This record gives sequence, C-alpha cells and structure tokens, in this order.
Amino acid sequence: MAVDSIEQRTVISGVGQSDIGRRLFRDPLDLTLDACMAAIEDAGLTTHDIDGIATYPGAMDTPAGFSGAGLVEVQDALRLEVGWYTGGIELPGQLGSVIDACLAVAAGLATHVLCFRSVYEGSAQGTQGRSAVMPGGGGGGGGTFRAGSYMQWTLPFSAPSATTWIAMFAQRHFYEFGTTREQLAQIALNARKNAGVNPKAIYRDPMTMDDYFDARMISSPLCLFDCDVPCDGGTAVIVSSADAVADLRKPPIQVEAVGTALYGRPSWDQFDDLTTMACRDAAAQMWTRTDIKPSDVQLAEMYDGFSFITMAWLEAMRFCGHGESGPYVEGGQRIAREGELALNTHGGQLSAGRLHGYGFLHEACVQLWGEAGQRQVPGDPEIGVAAAGGGPLAGCLLLTNRR
Amino acid sequence: MSGDVPFRILPRVSDRNRHFWTGGAEGKLQFLRCQDDGTYVHPPTSRCPKCQGKNLAVEAVSGRGTVHTFSINVQQWMPGPEPPYVVAIVELPEQEALRLTTNIVNCAPDDVRIGMPVQVVFERHDDGDESVYLPLFEPADEVP
Repeated sequence: MAVDSIEQRTVISGVGQSDIGRRLFRDPLDLTLDACMAAIEDAGLTTHDIDGIATYPGAMDTPAGFSGAGLVEVQDALRLEVGWYTGGIELPGQLGSVIDACLAVAAGLATHVLCFRSVYEGSAQGTQGRSAVMPGGGGGGGGTFRAGSYMQWTLPFSAPSATTWIAMFAQRHFYEFGTTREQLAQIALNARKNAGVNPKAIYRDPMTMDDYFDARMISSPLCLFDCDVPCDGGTAVIVSSADAVADLRKPPIQVEAVGTALYGRPSWDQFDDLTTMACRDAAAQMWTRTDIKPSDVQLAEMYDGFSFITMAWLEAMRFCGHGESGPYVEGGQRIAREGELALNTHGGQLSAGRLHGYGFLHEACVQLWGEAGQRQVPGDPEIGVAAAGGGPLAGCLLLTNRR
Repeated sequence: MSGDVPFRILPRVSDRNRHFWTGGAEGKLQFLRCQDDGTYVHPPTSRCPKCQGKNLAVEAVSGRGTVHTFSINVQQWMPGPEPPYVVAIVELPEQEALRLTTNIVNCAPDDVRIGMPVQVVFERHDDGDESVYLPLFEPADEVP
C-alpha cells in the first residue's frame, strides 16, 4: 500500500530570489521583499492570497548580517493577513521553517504560505572579513562579554566558528573511513563547475584541484574552498495546499515527504557519532514517509555550508553507504550535472553564495520546473531532494513534478 | 600553565556550572554525577539524563582522556591564542561518550593524532570576583 503522508497534501507553488552579491550594501529588508514578491508572482498569486508566513531564523541583531529581516517586518510591510505564522531558529535546520509551513497548510491553518530566508553577511563583514561578526571582534562581544548556554563549551577554547566544529567531524570521518582531501575537494570543484553556468553565482571562474590545494587552510582539514561564501540576498518559496492548484500560474512541485528527526543529542560535540550528523536522522525519517527510494532520485540539492556537510548528507540520504561518500564522489563524474546524481546544480553555497539553506530548495524547484536554463540537468529530472543544515541541525524535503 | 595566558572569552559562571569552570583551582576536572546510577552529566543539568533523578553530586574525574577528533585551526577568528592552535574533542575514560571541546597544548599541532592519550591542564583567568580555570589538555603517557 502506498505510504500516505500528510505533507503530500502540499506543494511548492512559486520561488523567488532577490539580487545576490558578495556585498550589495542594500537595505536587507528591501532584498527580502524583492525575493518575497518574486515568489508570490512566480506562483501567480498576490499578497492578498498569502495567508501564512514562515521564516528562519527570525529577527536577530547578532551576528550582524545573519538575519536580513524578521517575520514581523515582512508581514507588516506586505500587510499580510495570516491564519498562521512562525519565525525562529530552534528548528530542524533552515528548511524547518518550510516544513512547518507544509504542516500548517496540511492542517488547514493556511492555504498559501510565504516562506523566506535572507542574509546580508557580506555587507555586514565589510572589509574586515569574518572577524567583524565574531564575538570580541566587533560583532557584539568583547569587553566583559561572557559566553552562556551552548557557546560556553566552545568559545572559551577559541573555537567560535562552525568551520572548526565541522572540521572535527570531517577529521573523524577521515580517520574512520580513510576519506581524503582529494575526495572532499570534489564537492567544491563540482559546485564551482555548476556556478560557471549560473549567472547569479558569486564565484564563477573555473577551479582546479591545484587551486583547491593551493588555497589556505582555515581549520584542518577544511581549506578556504571548503567554506561557503558570505553574501547578501534573499530567497522565498510559497507553500500551497494541493487543493488550491486552480489558484496557481503553473503546475506546482509536489512535496512528497519531509524529514525532521533528531535522535542524537542536539549538540555539536556530544552527538553520538561524529562521522555523521543530524542529517542521518532527518533523512532516515524522510524515507519512511514515501514509496520513492533513494535510487529514484536524480537531483540532490544538499547543504554545503562546508563541503563535508554535503558528504554527510550523501550518506544520510543513502545515495551511498555510511563512510562511503569519499569513493562515491571520487573523480566527480557521478555528482556532475550529467551524472547519475546531479548535485548542487546552482553552485551550492560554496560558489553561489551562502543563502543559508533556502538556495537549495529554490534550485531544486527551478530544476524540477525545467527553468534552469544553461544549467538545466539533462533529461529533465522528476525527483529531487532539498536538504539543509549541518551538525545538530537538519531538515529535508523530497520533491517531485510527477502528478 | 606556563607562559603568557591568551585572551579568552570566558564562560558565564553560575551555580549550575561553577564546579566545572572553577574546579581547576584544586587541580580537579569535575562533573555532576548521579549518585543513584553513576551517570556523569555533561553539560550540567539538574536531573540525571538516564533516571531523571535529582540525586546529583560533584565528582572529580581522573583528568585523563583521549583525542576523539581535532582540527588545527589556522584562521584568526577573534583575539586569542596565536594560530595555528589545536581545537579538539577529548573523550574521558570514565564514561562512554563523556566528551568536551578543548584545546591541545604543550605540543606541536602537527603531532596531535586521534586516539592520542592526553591529560588535563588548567589555564587560569582572573576576571572579576571569581577565577575561571579552562580545562585544556596536553599529551600524556599511555596508561599502563
């Protein structure tokens, strides 16, 4: 009998993106609204049709640039009258906000939900680089600042960056499974190759294996090109009820299944197995909610805040076995646009910019609509995954254009 | 610790975590431990995660451990130790998966290996009324 999951009552009806740039020095609310209006128009709707709103992480002043706009600002700017809303950071990753929207629509609390995520980390860092937004580096710390909650277990040890936290997962994976930097590099090289045909990508110049190995180390084994690029920009998607298809401009993308589970401890250093992450649990749960199998998937848009996170997602999604992501990506052919599993076809956050999770969902939908232009995956894929989050954060969606 | 003590962002000490951040005054690495089933609790909370009981008391562990994983941090993120320095997750022998994030000191970063035996060494910081002792780790001999 077919698996019947409640999220199958929902669809993605439109997506939108603002201008994206390394440093745009534009009002982040303006960028956010550009993305939101683009998504609403893509769906063939107006602001009067939108009756729900969801965002990640919600309004935040620090670290600077991390949140381009909060829910209240956007809701008020567009004068939305909503039956349901949510904005926050303690969710199953960035796409947890979209999954929440699916559940709210399935529950009948809203029919068309505007979901958005925007950043202006590029402009916020200015010319000072990452240190400008670190505690003690001018980003809202220093002086008598004391670390509380979870940060007390990392900040005193001069480990403020997720680069270092993820590097320790990668190191353990290297140790247990023999994974190499050459293998990890394929995530970055593949992203750059795809970015070359994405006009909105930040870094589009070709990258070679030599370029990768010439890049400076940030936190071993992760070098500069294993880290995503801070940028400015907003992304929005509309989650609609499958019963409201008549409202829409074009056939929507079906939400087939979602994954949100976290069975390990919600912690960067206390998680039970440091060769994998929360993605292990979220993806496993997703596969219990559908008849589609991992081998049916042609398109994978999966988080690469750091290259190793994508490796962890490849294993979590069962595109390969646990510990086998190194050999799986070796040589890069399998994950290329024309390969058996087209991966991060827009260039990922590594080359297309750190739009923080939503960029992957946007790209999955664009590909499934066949609207990706020069970077369109050959054969027009019908089934794709969008996944976001690293460490103790993970949320994922299985999408299809089949009807 | 010998030599200059680098700038650190210090933890906010409270009744809940004081045993951990100040135990170094007596050279002790301390955790809460359930007096009913023996579970060490980290990070500290008011209940045992295994039995949910409240019968917790502060106990010192041996201060020995092994490097579970690590990274040689090269980027200067903020004021602090001069890069490169080693950030590690050290696992303690007292309980499976009893771990903490720390630094490996008193050895060359390139010499750090997963599985390497280490022992605690405290870095004292005086700031305000109460000194804070960060538990760092240095190479140790194999346990005989």
